[in-house]
Amino acid sequence: MTPDDFTFVCRFVRDRSAIVLEPGKEYLVETRLAPVAKALRLGTVGALVARLRAGAPEEVRARVTEAMVTTETSFYRDAHPFDALRTAVLPDLITRRAQARRLNVWSAACSTGQEPYSIALMLREHFPELGGWDVSLLATDLSADVLAKAREGKYSQLEANRGLPAALLVKYFRQQGTGWQLNDNVRRAVDFREMNLVRPWPALPKMDLVFLRNVMIYFDVETKKGILSRVAKVLNPGGYLVLGGAETTLNLDTSFRRVETLKGGYYQLVA
Amino acid sequence: MRTAYPDPAPARAPDDARPRVLVIDDSRTVRLIIGRALAGTGLDVVEASNGREGLERLRGTPNVALVLVDWNMPEMNGLEFLSAVRADRAYDQVRLVMVTSETEQEQVHRALSAGADEYVMKPFTRDILIAKLSLLDVFGD
Repeated sequence: MTPDDFTFVCRFVRDRSAIVLEPGKEYLVETRLAPVAKALRLGTVGALVARLRAGAPEEVRARVTEAMVTTETSFYRDAHPFDALRTAVLPDLITRRAQARRLNVWSAACSTGQEPYSIALMLREHFPELGGWDVSLLATDLSADVLAKAREGKYSQLEANRGLPAALLVKYFRQQGTGWQLNDNVRRAVDFREMNLVRPWPALPKMDLVFLRNVMIYFDVETKKGILSRVAKVLNPGGYLVLGGAETTLNLDTSFRRVETLKGGYYQLVA
Repeated sequence: MRTAYPDPAPARAPDDARPRVLVIDDSRTVRLIIGRALAGTGLDVVEASNGREGLERLRGTPNVALVLVDWNMPEMNGLEFLSAVRADRAYDQVRLVMVTSETEQEQVHRALSAGADEYVMKPFTRDILIAKLSLLDVFGD
């Protein structure tokens, strides 16, 4: 891959996903695109880029975009957001929404599903009182491939080992060969849909809780502002936004205030 | 007295109040890997090479907050160790984690029933181990 190829891929990924690849990420492009080049029988990443330059069909363009999007995830990734969710945020939302008995949660970059499933499992384990409520758990990602895996709810031993309490593994999964599949009941509790955060959004219900972790770090300032203003519109008054450890709404959007008493990147819509 | 098994590292003198983790595995290599993985967590590592020796170490070492125990070991296996520790109320606060190449769902269930607080399947990476232990609140803040 030449420096020109790298520049081309950076611009291509930027236009498709708004993800900004910094200089020096050549290795990342090589690592991510080599399997795509191989699968398409193009041999090298250089040949794949040449194909993109020549105007590749949408299928190829989509595969390249998906390959470049980071999908690192795990069950209960980072303890603090989930501790705060269980001990403070969900109890608060349950009080706020007691009249409507409705709770809408959105995992906005759900990758292979561990985050929304972690939330679904927490609701089952710790909030049986929601049994009679209308609870909706929407999970979106821009990659069709990872969504297919998410819907299947089947994880390798390493993935099942990563962050998932063993008690939940035994209770909610069944072993299938060397993998573990989540029970149908829990899988059905999550509605997985393809959605690109930087493109126009489909109509969404008013949300009480939005997980948007480790996504905005890849976006430039204007894109971050655009996404945050749309999140603000989709949240109910008093609703929560959860960002990744390296992310903030500060200097980007004044609709949110950081909830200082909670660890784990919680922001609340200012009423 | 020498045994047929690799000698565990001697327990450090109880000269401070740091919490300790007892690592029980008949493989010296695994003990080494786990010890390295736990470096920087604020836990002092104490080692034993089977369940029986692990019980002795547990009883003779103050401040053990966490035990990582293998399943298949000579003399006393990990499951027997779990049952023995959980039968003694003095160790109710000690967190017990099975770290094993046993990966059948039924085995996970058995270990939890015998008193394990968590279960780590081998092979694992450092981040997997740390994430599992984070679930148990053993690192403080």
